Amino acid sequence: MNHISEEQLVLLYYGESTEAPAIDQHLVECEECRKEFRALQLVLNTVDSAPVPERGPEYGQAVWQRIEKRIGARKRRNFTQWWIWAPAMAALLVTAFLAGRLTHKPLGADVAKNQQQIRERILMVAVGDHLERSQMVLAELSNAPDHKGKLDITDEREMASELLDDNRLYRQTAHSTGDTAVANVLDDLERVLLEIAHSPNEVSNGQLDDLRQQIESRGLLFKVRVMGSQAREQEVAPSTKKDGKKL
Amino acid sequence: MEVEAGSAVERARAGDSDAFRLLVEQHSRSIFRLAFRMTGNEQDAEDVVQETFLRAFKQLDRYEARSSFSTWLFRIASNYSLDLIRMRKRHEDKRERGTDEERDILQNIAMDTPGPDRVVYGAQVRDRVNAALDELSPQERTAFVLRHFEGLSIEEIGATLGTGANATKHSIFRAVQKLRKNLEPVVGHAR
Repeated sequence: MNHISEEQLVLLYYGESTEAPAIDQHLVECEECRKEFRALQLVLNTVDSAPVPERGPEYGQAVWQRIEKRIGARKRRNFTQWWIWAPAMAALLVTAFLAGRLTHKPLGADVAKNQQQIRERILMVAVGDHLERSQMVLAELSNAPDHKGKLDITDEREMASELLDDNRLYRQTAHSTGDTAVANVLDDLERVLLEIAHSPNEVSNGQLDDLRQQIESRGLLFKVRVMGSQAREQEVAPSTKKDGKKL
Repeated sequence: MEVEAGSAVERARAGDSDAFRLLVEQHSRSIFRLAFRMTGNEQDAEDVVQETFLRAFKQLDRYEARSSFSTWLFRIASNYSLDLIRMRKRHEDKRERGTDEERDILQNIAMDTPGPDRVVYGAQVRDRVNAALDELSPQERTAFVLRHFEGLSIEEIGATLGTGANATKHSIFRAVQKLRKNLEPVVGHAR
């Protein structure tokens, strides 16, 4: 038998060799190959010393807590086809909000203040839901794998089209109520949603990169996440104002 | 354990979120270890863990019990790690800086290696191993990590990477060659 190749030794090391008995026999007889195999073993055994940060037994629970909410959102998206009723709900909420602002009657200061808070909360609930859905579209495109040929983004494109109408409503409402922080994020989001909605159903790697760059260059995903969390916090704690003071 | 996992998968498919929580709790640590070895970065590994379970949940209907649930999760985690590594490499400036840093580490370790203190020497070997793993291409690193640390067969690795048996073997061979080239000058001192 000739000397054993490095490839054969690697397969032997990992137990994948189909000629293990013959190679073993050769190693007994050939000191040169034996030396080569020892050198290989030494390197591969050394690789095991690369440290991995430890995660405790409670780690799985922590992971679950991080993803639980998003899984709930995806489940709703998958099984209840939110896009059928979401625009109508959104429009209803904003109409209620605007109607409340335009048709108010003279009221006592406390009552007016309470109604204003309720309307703000209605808007934040609607915007929070909208931002969560937008975040899904942005994340899907940002995390889409490289591909050979074209990538089908029909779902994302259709979702972006649906979200655009809602986004315009919310942005106008935020502008009219002077909530510039929300309005600015919705402004940026609208430009990107427009790009996605106007993209072809199938995109090349280059076109996908362009979309990703637009998302990344504006820091949009991050802004949407932060704004979405703030909206959800207000949803959970309606008695707390934006400046953190208790009412 | 896999029988229990199988039952949990079935219940999760039927919309039982408690069953999916069990799967997350059961597999998170091993996915983190794999992700860290693939990406070499703790924050990236955390992202991989999170995204792996989100994708797994979304694709539960596509899971076929022919492979174990953990192997299926490894496949999702490996693919997402590959995407992350490739995305990172696309950012030219970061890649250049990273390569310089890796080169510095390799050079410094090569110069300092024969120190008398074995503790320091051990730390240097570990740094060198990490730097050597960073020198592998994304495909080589994935193939190597899945074979060396996770014990997946050539066939399973091929299924993950979408490559044939020969291409998979060659990725592993190239990875081992690069590791030997970078590590033999260091581990040789231990002989």
